[in-house]
Amino acid sequence: MGTPDSIPLISARGLGKRFGELVAVDGIDFDVARGEAFGFLGPNGAGKTSTMRMIACVSPVTSGTLRIFGENPAARGAEIRARLGVVPQADTLDLELTVRENLIIFARYFDIPWAQGRRRADELLEFVQLKERAKDKVDDLSGGMKRRLTIARALINEPDLLLLDEPTTGLDPQARHLVWDRLYRLKQRGVTLVLTTHYMDEAEQLCDRLVVMDKAKIVAEGTPRELIEKYSTREVLELRFPVDAQPALDHTLDGIADRVEVLADRVLLYTADGDAAVAAVHSRGLRPETALIRRGTLEDVFLRLTGRSLID
Amino acid sequence: MAIVIPAGAARVVEHNALVFKRLWRGSMTVSFFTPVFFIASIGLGLGSLVNKSSGGVGGVPYIDFLAPGLLAATTMQTAAFECTYPILGKILWDHIYDAMLATPLMVRDLVIGEMTWVTIRLLMVATIFWVVMAVFGVAHTPESLLAIPTATLSGLAFATPLMAFTATQKNDSAMGSVLRLVIAPLFLFGGAFFPISRLPVLLQWVAWATPLSHGVALSRGLVLGTLAFPEAALHVAVLLIYVVAGVLIALPVLRRRLVK
Repeated sequence: MGTPDSIPLISARGLGKRFGELVAVDGIDFDVARGEAFGFLGPNGAGKTSTMRMIACVSPVTSGTLRIFGENPAARGAEIRARLGVVPQADTLDLELTVRENLIIFARYFDIPWAQGRRRADELLEFVQLKERAKDKVDDLSGGMKRRLTIARALINEPDLLLLDEPTTGLDPQARHLVWDRLYRLKQRGVTLVLTTHYMDEAEQLCDRLVVMDKAKIVAEGTPRELIEKYSTREVLELRFPVDAQPALDHTLDGIADRVEVLADRVLLYTADGDAAVAAVHSRGLRPETALIRRGTLEDVFLRLTGRSLID
Repeated sequence: MAIVIPAGAARVVEHNALVFKRLWRGSMTVSFFTPVFFIASIGLGLGSLVNKSSGGVGGVPYIDFLAPGLLAATTMQTAAFECTYPILGKILWDHIYDAMLATPLMVRDLVIGEMTWVTIRLLMVATIFWVVMAVFGVAHTPESLLAIPTATLSGLAFATPLMAFTATQKNDSAMGSVLRLVIAPLFLFGGAFFPISRLPVLLQWVAWATPLSHGVALSRGLVLGTLAFPEAALHVAVLLIYVVAGVLIALPVLRRRLVK
C-alpha cells in the first residue's frame, strides 16, 4: 500500500510537544516528500528527538497536526509504524539474542513469516557488513557494529520511511563513515530518510534539505547550500591570535569582511574572498598565529542564526 | 474457556520463547530437582517426626499434606521471579519494550503477551512438579492433574499485580524487598508447610486475603480428593479477580511509563 506521490510522507503544522511545564517542541511546520533525505540540525535539547518520537508514533502529539503517509498517528499509530524503520538514539538491541536472532524476531513483530524473516536477515547482514558476526552475541559488537545492526533491524520491514535519531553520535570517524556510506546507498535506492544530527558534516553529507532547530523552534529551512549562501559567505577566514592579543581586536577588523564573529578561541571573518581578507589583515599590521581560509559550512549558519556553536 | 490472544501478544510470547530456547535445559532441571529436595527432606524427613508425634496433618501423612501446598507456593515463586527483574530489565535496562513499541506492537500486546508467557512457564513448572509428586506417590488420581491448571492460575494471580508493580519502579531497589518480605514469608507461612489455622487469627485473615492460600487450598483439595465444589468455585473466583485486577492496573501503568 503506497501513499500517492502528491501527498507528503510527513506533514506537520503547528506541531508541539510539552512535558508538563517544559515545551520541547514549539509549534513547528515542515513537510517531507517521498525520496527526500531530510534533516533536523540543532544542538542537544533543541527538540529534535521529541519531534522524531512523534513522527515515529511512539509519543503522542500535544498540539498542532501531524500526518504521516497522510494518516493521523493518534488514530492509526500501529498501521503507520508498520511502514516505518526506526533507528533510535540509544541502541535497543536484545543483548540476550544473537545478531541474526535480533533481526529475525524483529521481523516477527511486523508479522513477517519466519522463513522470510530469516532470508531478509541474511540479506541485511550482508548489506551492513555483519555477515561474519551473525551468530555472535550483540554484546560483543563494537559501537559502530551495533549501530549498523540497528540500521539493518530498522530495514527488516522494507520501510517507506527510515527515521534516524543521531545515527553516528558516539562513533569514531571510521565507523561514522561506514554508517554514512550505507545510508547514502539507501538514499540512492530511493528510501526516504529523516535524520537528526548535531554534526554539521553529517547534515551536509546526507541531507537534501534540512531545518535548523533551536530552543524548540525551527529557525531556518533549506538545502545545505541555500542555507550556507543565505546565512554565511562563500569563504570564511579563521584567525587565531595569541591568547592575550585577541580582546584588543574590537574594531580593528572593521570593514575587512561582511561580518566578524569573535569566539573564545578564534575570530571568524565572513567574506567572499578569503585571500583578500588575509592580505587586509596583514596590511593593518595584525599578526595572527594562524590564518585558515575554508568554505562556509552549516556550523557557520548555526552560529549566525543562534549566536552559539552546535556542539558546546 | 475461549481465550483470544491478539497477534501482537503472540509476538511477545515468541520473543520470550526465543530467549528461553537457550535456557530451557537448566530451567527444567531446576524445576525438577527443587521439589525433589523439598519433598524428600521436609516431606519424608521432617514428615516422619510429624507423623510419629501426631499421625500426620488432617488425617493424611505429612508428605501428602505438604507436596500439593508446595506446588502452589512454587508457582507463586516462579511468577514473582518472572515478573520482577526480567520485566524491569525490558523497561529500564535493555529497552526491549521501547524497541517493540517502535513496531506495530502496542502496550496491550506487551501486557497480554508477557502474561501469556508467564502462564506457559507456570504450566511447565506445575507439570514437572506434578510428575515429582507422582514419583513420590503423592499424586495418583486423574483428578490430581487438575492441580496443574489451578496452581498455574494461583501463580498468575501473583504475576499480573506484580507486573503492574514492576511497571511503576524507577530502579530495582524495591524488587528485593518484595521477594524477601512478601513472597518469602508467604512461601513459609501461606499454608504450604502447616495449616493456616495454626496462625494467630489476624494473620489468618491476612493469609486468606492473598492468592496463595486459595491456590494451596485448591491444589491440596484436588490432590487429596477432598475438594468440594462451592468452596472450589470461591477459590477460583478470588484468583480470577486478582488476575483480572492485575491486568487492568498493569495496562495504564505501563502505558504511562512507556508512552511519553
